[in-house]
Amino acid sequence: MDRVRGLRRVMRAMRFALAVDAASLLALACPVQAQPPAQPLAQPGVKSAVDGIAEYREMLADGNPAELFTAKGEALWKTARGPKAATLERCDLGKGPGIVKGAFVELPRYFADTGRVQDLESRLLTCMQELQGFDAAQIAALPFGKGEQSTVESLVSYVASESAGLPMNLPQSDASERLMYELGQRAFFYRAGPMSFACATCHGAAGRRVRLQVLPDLTRNPGDGLGMAAWPAYRLSTGELWGMQRRLNDCFRQQRFPYPGYTSPVTIALEVYMGVNAKGAASAAPALRR
Amino acid sequence: MRRRQGGARLMRRACARAALMAGVLLLVVAGCAGPGNGGANPQADAAFDAAIIWLKAASFRDQGIATVARLQQDQADAACSKAAAGKLPDEEARRIQQESRKSIQLPADGRFLGDWKAGEALAQNGRGMTWADKSSQAEANGGGCYNCHQLSASEIAFGTIGPSLYQYASVHGVADPNAASARTALETAWAKLYDSRASNACSGMPRFGHAGLLNERQLKDLMALLFDPASPVNR
Repeated sequence: MDRVRGLRRVMRAMRFALAVDAASLLALACPVQAQPPAQPLAQPGVKSAVDGIAEYREMLADGNPAELFTAKGEALWKTARGPKAATLERCDLGKGPGIVKGAFVELPRYFADTGRVQDLESRLLTCMQELQGFDAAQIAALPFGKGEQSTVESLVSYVASESAGLPMNLPQSDASERLMYELGQRAFFYRAGPMSFACATCHGAAGRRVRLQVLPDLTRNPGDGLGMAAWPAYRLSTGELWGMQRRLNDCFRQQRFPYPGYTSPVTIALEVYMGVNAKGAASAAPALRR
Repeated sequence: MRRRQGGARLMRRACARAALMAGVLLLVVAGCAGPGNGGANPQADAAFDAAIIWLKAASFRDQGIATVARLQQDQADAACSKAAAGKLPDEEARRIQQESRKSIQLPADGRFLGDWKAGEALAQNGRGMTWADKSSQAEANGGGCYNCHQLSASEIAFGTIGPSLYQYASVHGVADPNAASARTALETAWAKLYDSRASNACSGMPRFGHAGLLNERQLKDLMALLFDPASPVNR
């Protein structure tokens, strides 16, 4: 019942926010008389489109549709599923079997049982395979949002929500965690492809925008609730809950790179790089995004 | 066919694993220095290069037009990637710029300006060259200019990765793009569009002409958007 009320509140907020947003955009469309090079968005007294969007997000934050995924994920966590008809309640996300609180802000990290540095999504696949008997490789090969992939989306939303407000605090005590950081850094600055883009092309300095979208500087702590401290997030433009894997996948698409495998090493390395850089940033995941 | 692809993949994985092991081994031997540490330790650098090979081979696959061959860097991309934390040595930057200038092809008929309206449409269009796109022909691509630049005043959804290009003609002292005095400004802008490396070795802007992202007609249309007195960029 609470969920239904929450959703109604969200729908109301969205309608209101969209109206406000349209008004702020109209206000901005006024003629620009400034001499070149003009920056109409920076005019004093006029609410910028960026402010408008921030406001829009703020109003929505009260009723983030990600809550629905969180609730579903919590139920899935506690439901006996898979060939072994087991729950995930003994899943070790790094802080011991069954401990969910605080796990999100310390991932990716090294896991001795798999001998790998794993992010939240790859670790969930391990638990789904070991505890529930699912085939992790098969799930990894599914398109985003399909079948057990959608289960993972709800699970990441739930796990992230249990660390809301906590500071990012990825461990770097294991050599393989440090190696992944260095590799992630190298991957972040790796320019290639038909447009010679690297992650750093867009995310290597503060205050950059693509169109109206503000891009966090991921070479340092970008601030609370940004980058690793934002994803998983509910995307308004698609009405979907995206985990960090899907976020990175779409970044690589726009970078004009070939296709990164789900939970492939390059994605984990980049998450370690971004997560360690964000040390201390308060997590807002699952956040709300355009 | 399928089996052969599988074989190639297995082979690639095996090579990648070997490269990683070599890399990790080298790291242990070399005592681990990161790429951001100024590259003072060539052995550690070699280890990271090996590890990067593993990272790429174990991570990416072909999808549509976006094949893994795209991960192959040319010299300048490699140099700029490694210099990202610091700065490219002047000499190397000059060499890259000179090399790129040699490849620039000016318009065959000597006319720089096309149709600014077509240019505006190209500037608005950010599509092309992703794994979701069918064709990598220039005709299928947009210029994506508004992603990074302000151009016309009426388009407020512009990016800020590149400088504002609003009032481009007057900022660059061009009142009449057909006047002989405009020639230098036209050539400079053409060179920037054709290959941004000509003036900035590690420019973040795609090399539209050099990489075949846009054809000559499309480049002319963008030039018109920048220089035509009737273009919204100049009004």
